[in-house]
Amino acid sequence: MIPLSHYLLVSAVLFGLGTVGVLISRNLITILMSVELMLNAANLALISFARWHADPGAHVFVFIIFVVAAAEAAVGLSLVIAIFRRKNTVDVDELNILKG
Amino acid sequence: MLNTIWLIPVFPLIGFMINGLFGRRLTRYGSGVLGCLTVFASFILSLLAMLFLGEGPHRFTLAEWIVAGRFTVSFGFLLDHLSAVMAVTVSGVAFLIHVYSTGYMAQDERFSRYFAYLNLFVFFMLVLVLADNFLLLYMGWEGVGLCSYLLIGFWFQKDSAANAGKKAFIVNRIGDFGFALGIMLIFWKFGSVYFPEVFAAAPEMFVPGDTLVTAICLLLFLGATGKSAQIPLYVWLPDAMEGPTPVSALIHAATMVTAGVYMVARCSVLFALSPTALLVVAIIGAATALFAATMATVQNDIKRVLAYSTISQLGYMFLACGVAAFSAAIFHLMTHAFFKALLFLGAGSVIHALHHEQDLRHMGGLRKYLPATFLTFGVATLAISGFPGLAGFVSKDEILWSSFASPLGGVAFWVVGVLTAGLTAFYMFRLFFLAFYGKSRFSEETATKVHESPMSMTGPLVILGILSFVGGWIGWPKVLGGGNSFEHYLAPVFAAAEELLPHGVNHAHSTEFLLMGLSVGIALLGFIWAYRWYLRGSTAPENLKNKFPAVYRLVQNKYYIDEFYHLVIVRPIVGGSRWLWKYFDELVIDGSVNGLAAFVRQLGQAGAQPQNGYFRGYAATFALGSVAVLAWLIYVLS
Repeated sequence: MIPLSHYLLVSAVLFGLGTVGVLISRNLITILMSVELMLNAANLALISFARWHADPGAHVFVFIIFVVAAAEAAVGLSLVIAIFRRKNTVDVDELNILKG
Repeated sequence: MLNTIWLIPVFPLIGFMINGLFGRRLTRYGSGVLGCLTVFASFILSLLAMLFLGEGPHRFTLAEWIVAGRFTVSFGFLLDHLSAVMAVTVSGVAFLIHVYSTGYMAQDERFSRYFAYLNLFVFFMLVLVLADNFLLLYMGWEGVGLCSYLLIGFWFQKDSAANAGKKAFIVNRIGDFGFALGIMLIFWKFGSVYFPEVFAAAPEMFVPGDTLVTAICLLLFLGATGKSAQIPLYVWLPDAMEGPTPVSALIHAATMVTAGVYMVARCSVLFALSPTALLVVAIIGAATALFAATMATVQNDIKRVLAYSTISQLGYMFLACGVAAFSAAIFHLMTHAFFKALLFLGAGSVIHALHHEQDLRHMGGLRKYLPATFLTFGVATLAISGFPGLAGFVSKDEILWSSFASPLGGVAFWVVGVLTAGLTAFYMFRLFFLAFYGKSRFSEETATKVHESPMSMTGPLVILGILSFVGGWIGWPKVLGGGNSFEHYLAPVFAAAEELLPHGVNHAHSTEFLLMGLSVGIALLGFIWAYRWYLRGSTAPENLKNKFPAVYRLVQNKYYIDEFYHLVIVRPIVGGSRWLWKYFDELVIDGSVNGLAAFVRQLGQAGAQPQNGYFRGYAATFALGSVAVLAWLIYVLS
């Protein structure tokens, strides 16, 4: 049987990749994809623990995250489209009108 | 009856309020009548108060003013023989000048404002003479200074008038500073500022010649030199002639400038305790009398001659105070109020007739144009020159005799006094001849317009003329068969001071006659001198001028005292203030405030730096923050 730490390691690597993607990418769509990656890394960790504790309660959280991720993707993509229509770009560095 | 003395100053105050607040709605006639009537009411009340006064002083406290622990001051009035004489003189002369003003200022746009100021002045002046404590006197003192400032600068459209007002105010502040310090010393020492308490306690508290009492007297006298235009603070008075002429007559000749003499006489007990202070007063008085008289001899502006003459006559009064002849000083104050007010009003009548021409070189021959002015002016000229029998003769001779005979006096004071008397006769007759005799030196066109002034102006002239004639008779000297009742009248007020002073030896009547004859003779010389130079058309003045141009320029330019003050006092103060402005104010004060603002701005900019609007920056901060919190949690939990 594959030990828990392997699953958690994969989950952490995926989460780290997602975080780095959010931080270094300038493309809004890439950022959204990176956020999906982070969410799924969290899902993987939850499922792993569920198996480890033999407690299916964590599945509930995973389903909620699926729903939220789907909603987030819908809202996020529509925002991206709205921004693109307005500014003709999806580069986040161009979206700096909140500069203090 | 005597409890109504507080009404004496209140009447002009009412006049001031009505004229000041509703002056625009009153007609000229209404303003003038109101102004005159309120002062007339004060005059009648003062006369009644004098009649009902009887023997002793009477005190009446209207209300408490300041109560702070041991320090209490009230709106209290003191009526004794001295303040009664002052109140009657002030309100009487003021009334006549108010009446005169209705004619003189008839064409002025701000007629009611003028009467409001004039009434306010009379109010403060009466408070000054009737106050029963130093602080209320000081209030009146400052109030008349304010009115003087307002009225000198009444025609403030002229720069010279506005500047003269400022000069008068600022020079007076120097004197008032000394006066205020004197009052503080008095309170510190006596614990009271009420005249009767202070003067009763003074002889027990000090031995004659005490340093502290000398300091108090000299500080009070500094205040008097400012208000009464004595050396070294006399410079404001000649400039004050920029004001309307009735103002010069009322404030700068008859009443306000004599406040210093009144104050010194009021504090006679304190001065009697300090021979040093009395000597200073006498020396300053004598020096001012002579010094101002020399300057009066070469002035060409009719009002400036009279201004220097006023300074000189005030010097006489202080000379009298300095030799402890306080009643002689007050007597001369009163007669001077009559004839000097008359001289100013006469000069005003001339100026009025010539449409604001004040230069003596453009007058002459006015005798036939202005008969009433000519006659009354003549009486006043004779009076001030000391013509035997007239008011000025009696009072001036009393001063000269005191300066010789008093144990505090001396021959030197008498000589200075007599020289001044000669100069007085000279410059007054010079003025008189230049203005009223000879050929007219104004244009034909002006000559057709010259007219005698209206009744409202000549009336007061005539009344003052009569007073200048007979006003001295109440103090007719014993040596000439009189009773000198004026001195007897004031004796109770100065009795306390008399006791502290050394008694003089009795001089022979022949000495008094001799000195009187000498002073009259010297005044006559002055008259003859002026007669030969200015009436006979002598070229001597021109020759003398050409022979000693430096001396003439020196005197003509008033000994360059104004320039000297400007150089030694005004310039350094202005320079120092400029330095403080440029370096202390702009660098230190502004610098610290601006520096604080700049520091806060820098801080804000530093704080705004992370808010750069870059989403990734925020995300990175958020991620790092999460890591930090997690690290901390792990650290704490493990």
